[in-house]
Amino acid sequence: MEKILQVNDLKKHFEIGKGRILKAVNGVSFYVKKGETFGLVGESGCGKSTIGRTILGLYESTDGEVFFKGEDVHGLNEKERFRFYRSMQMIFQDPYASLNPRSTVREIISEPMEVHQLFQSKKEQLERVYELLEEVGLNRDHANRYPHEFSGGQRQRIGIARALALNPEFIIADEPISALDVSVQAQVVNLLKELQEEKGLTFLFIAHDLSMVKQISDRIGVMYLGDMVELTESSKLYDNPLHPYTRALLSAIPIPDPDVEERRERIILNGELPSPIDPPSGCVFRTRCPMAMEVCSLTKPSWKEVEQDHFVACHLYEGNNTTKTSPKITIASQ
Amino acid sequence: MTNILEVEDLHVTFSTYGGTVKAVRGVTFSLKQGETLAIVGESGCGKSVTSNAIMRLIPNPPGKIDKGSIRFKGKDLMHETEKKMRSIRGVDISMIFQDPMTALNPTLTIGSQLMEGLREHHKVSPDKAKRKAIEMMELVGISNPAERLKQYPHQFSGGMRQRIVIAMALICEPELLIADEPTTALDVTIQAQILELFEKIQKVTGVSIILITHDLGVVANIADRIAVMYAGKIIEMGEKRDIFYRPQHPYTKGLLKSVPRLDLDGEKLTPIDGTPPDLFSPPKGCSFYARCPFAMKVCNKVYPVQTNITDSHHVACWLQDERAKQLQATLPIK
Repeated sequence: MEKILQVNDLKKHFEIGKGRILKAVNGVSFYVKKGETFGLVGESGCGKSTIGRTILGLYESTDGEVFFKGEDVHGLNEKERFRFYRSMQMIFQDPYASLNPRSTVREIISEPMEVHQLFQSKKEQLERVYELLEEVGLNRDHANRYPHEFSGGQRQRIGIARALALNPEFIIADEPISALDVSVQAQVVNLLKELQEEKGLTFLFIAHDLSMVKQISDRIGVMYLGDMVELTESSKLYDNPLHPYTRALLSAIPIPDPDVEERRERIILNGELPSPIDPPSGCVFRTRCPMAMEVCSLTKPSWKEVEQDHFVACHLYEGNNTTKTSPKITIASQ
Repeated sequence: MTNILEVEDLHVTFSTYGGTVKAVRGVTFSLKQGETLAIVGESGCGKSVTSNAIMRLIPNPPGKIDKGSIRFKGKDLMHETEKKMRSIRGVDISMIFQDPMTALNPTLTIGSQLMEGLREHHKVSPDKAKRKAIEMMELVGISNPAERLKQYPHQFSGGMRQRIVIAMALICEPELLIADEPTTALDVTIQAQILELFEKIQKVTGVSIILITHDLGVVANIADRIAVMYAGKIIEMGEKRDIFYRPQHPYTKGLLKSVPRLDLDGEKLTPIDGTPPDLFSPPKGCSFYARCPFAMKVCNKVYPVQTNITDSHHVACWLQDERAKQLQATLPIK
């Protein structure tokens, strides 16, 4: 197994005036294996998009390291960073806002190739545009049209073609399907899977929809309020969730099957997400956690591998209490 | 059980620069006292326009209810004066909108917005209005209601705002509540709280609910009956379990197969290829013809007649015709 991306204790804090600091990402570590899809999930404001943007260098990190193929990417000079962008690209959430309405599809897809001077002649470059369009399920006739002539799903395909233009090895997809209709979401997810198989791409897939993330990801990291709380293989995460937040999150997602829904017990979390400007002391989840103990408000739980490839940050699994199965949660669920 | 609402052959059009959009093209359904009917479909299928038409909230121009009838408790709403409609909205029929951030006036306190409807419609004393407002805040689960009435919308989180919007909609004790994507803008753990609140409210007040959504998981959770809309028409309607376990229309089947399920491993998503038709010039025949894997010649020419599978399960599809090849067997339902 080759780790293509290694993130160590990454922090991204924003100064928001009056000396206040918003800790969007507060010390997150994980790695991504070559050729896999790593899913990053969490609710709005948990810092998942900030991680994606910080890895790519769209935000400057406050602390921590990001290694891409063994190279510290945040220590790169301008020239080296320029070269690094060839291997890492991004797909954005909103297919309406991420394409310039005044450019044709050809211009949109050619731009990265022009910036990086990939081709000597315009003709070669155009051929590559056609090739990319076909790879993402569009056709060459679309090259001279403008973004408004396309549906949301087709626009997202154009965004994917642009991300592929430089032949990257790694793609960060930030909520690539949440703006799309359900029947179209499946089209785009299947396309991403096909492209991955064909080109051996590695994906960092950021989304809030855990059912879709589980569909596409090999491993999943769950985030809450700037911290990663659990990380494991996607099927394990569903079969044996350890962190109380993961369990609540999983139980809150409705399943499109009436009989299953009727039988399910839901863990309803009380309260709302605390403010990331003034997060709770100790474990950030303790204010809503049905199993909070005294220690949770005192110290931050450590990031621990409790079984192979299964990491969790929770006091329930600290110290000698390394049970591999989850302690029974006793919750007054109705 | 009596029908509280009967909608028959509703047609709504919008005139735009590009021509006339036929947004709703003959929608017929009824709602029983105390039940929850979910209208599902993808963006642009006409589900929101249908619900706005019931409230007579279609802006004219550009919109127009071309024909049809809407009967609420036997009364025809189509020909009521605007003044009469104002006395029905909020009192007999209430509506909850998708975005809790824009549904509240940022310059007024929560209290004055909550009491506005009550004061306007029922001419109650300020004291009584306040008591009722506090009672509603408690019903929707906002703690410390007397204090919080003095606060402004920005002092509440998204989930809390949606609770306030629900309290506002219910304060005059309407008999029909139309909820247009009430949980779409919310995180899943908050969505679970709100769905639970809907169930509780229906038990306490007996209100009938029309729920507009694209989320089949939410539907499996709280609907009694489901209407599936496509390109301005209801293409299938039935009890919740009819739609989930015995879907008949290829679009309904396609929709169910394109959503991932959290509780299943390694399922393959089957997207519906293509996109919905242009409603400037909707097809003469079945609007799903271009995307349907089982399309026959007749489908492109004549709109299918409605077939009644059971008393409560209706579908508009030529495959139901006895002259059609019996393709049912080749269509795995689940």
